[in-house]
Amino acid sequence: MPDTLPERPRLAPGVRLHFDKTREAWVLLGPERVIEAEGPAPEILKRCDGTRTVDQIIDELAALYAADRGEIAGDVTDMLGELVTKRMLV
Amino acid sequence: MTSVPAPLGLLAELTHRCPLGCPYCSNPLTLDDRADELDAATWARVFREAAGIGVLQVHLSGGEPASRRDLLEIAAAAHDAGLYTNLITSAIGLDATRLGRLKEAGLDHVQLSMQDVDADSADRIAGYRGAHARKLAFARTVTELGLALTINAVIHRANIERVAAMVETAAALGAGRVEIAHTQYYGWALRNRDALMPTREQVDRAMHEMESIRARYHGRLVIDMVVPDYYARRPKPCMGGWARRSLNVTPSGRALPCHAAESIPGLEFWSVREHSLAEIWLQSPAFRAFRGTEWMQEPCRSCAMREVDFGGCRCQAMALVGDAAATDPACELSPHHARIQQLAEHDAAQARMEYAYRGRAISATPAR
Repeated sequence: MPDTLPERPRLAPGVRLHFDKTREAWVLLGPERVIEAEGPAPEILKRCDGTRTVDQIIDELAALYAADRGEIAGDVTDMLGELVTKRMLV
Repeated sequence: MTSVPAPLGLLAELTHRCPLGCPYCSNPLTLDDRADELDAATWARVFREAAGIGVLQVHLSGGEPASRRDLLEIAAAAHDAGLYTNLITSAIGLDATRLGRLKEAGLDHVQLSMQDVDADSADRIAGYRGAHARKLAFARTVTELGLALTINAVIHRANIERVAAMVETAAALGAGRVEIAHTQYYGWALRNRDALMPTREQVDRAMHEMESIRARYHGRLVIDMVVPDYYARRPKPCMGGWARRSLNVTPSGRALPCHAAESIPGLEFWSVREHSLAEIWLQSPAFRAFRGTEWMQEPCRSCAMREVDFGGCRCQAMALVGDAAATDPACELSPHHARIQQLAEHDAAQARMEYAYRGRAISATPAR
């Protein structure tokens, strides 16, 4: 896990979110990488547009799923951290 | 028989023409003629069919794809088909204007080959004076345009002492990803094996060096490795399994389960000129030949790893054992494993450094 997350995360150059019609699943496509975006991942990734802060993304997700903010915050920061380490998110 | 999985990747070999002559090239010794190349409209159809059967990523390759004057039209068609579009290039033939247009057409990623960090050595390997300097300039153009860049370095005897420097150079050029790919011996690389093979000591040192450099760049640079399988104990899961994840279309339109598949005698390949990609994927004899595990012999057949490494590489089994259905001799469980090690050690001990440059006149001395 990286020490810090980007303030306003966005997909790295060469990375995009794509709906795979054959497999009926969201995938994150990057250089020689196909990562399945499961569960809330597509909703999180759609919001990684370089304008929203991590806090805003968490707020929006908590509202979207009418879920406890604390729980959502952990899931979001874990996922973002993992993707930063993989250079899929900057 | 379980259902056939959908492919993820398409390697589109747009042309076999290339200004470089790299001796490690995995293209076949007999290259397709320009006159036989598929036209852009056919490629556009192939891309739509590929997306239709589940392909997500297309790799525009060759030869040098920029040798095609209609590369822009072809790349745009790949993007319009909804495919993640990767350009695999030597940089020769691409300037900032042309690359900028490719970006506007939807190009997602550029993979640039680099032969060495030492310019003289790099140019000698490529068989093209001035290639290295042009590659450095091109890499900067790629990142200035905001395109994602991978540097691919194929490793062999002439550059293996500088793997760490290659990763450092890639990072300095702004690459997000680097591939350190030990030479895989197919096509021209097999022809040149005795001029390319490093010693076991060199390989061990390079692998060790890569461990520390990986740790140093963790989270900053994605580093992918292609392992030197002549010195390995277990085979690579070649292509992620035959006809399981990806397919290849040659410049003239033959659809192959992997780029070296034509080295296996007796396989029947279908052409995209006559068949849809869906038909080819599901029904063509070459794709069905080694799909799954039914074709396996012992020791693969009862091996716990059979759906992990899929018995290794069919083309390598053919080239070294003479039987495409045999266990890849890179596996220590193969009865021929000692032979691959002997071949590696024998070739590594050769003083020969003269290359049979890809696509150029072949000298009279055959490779073993």
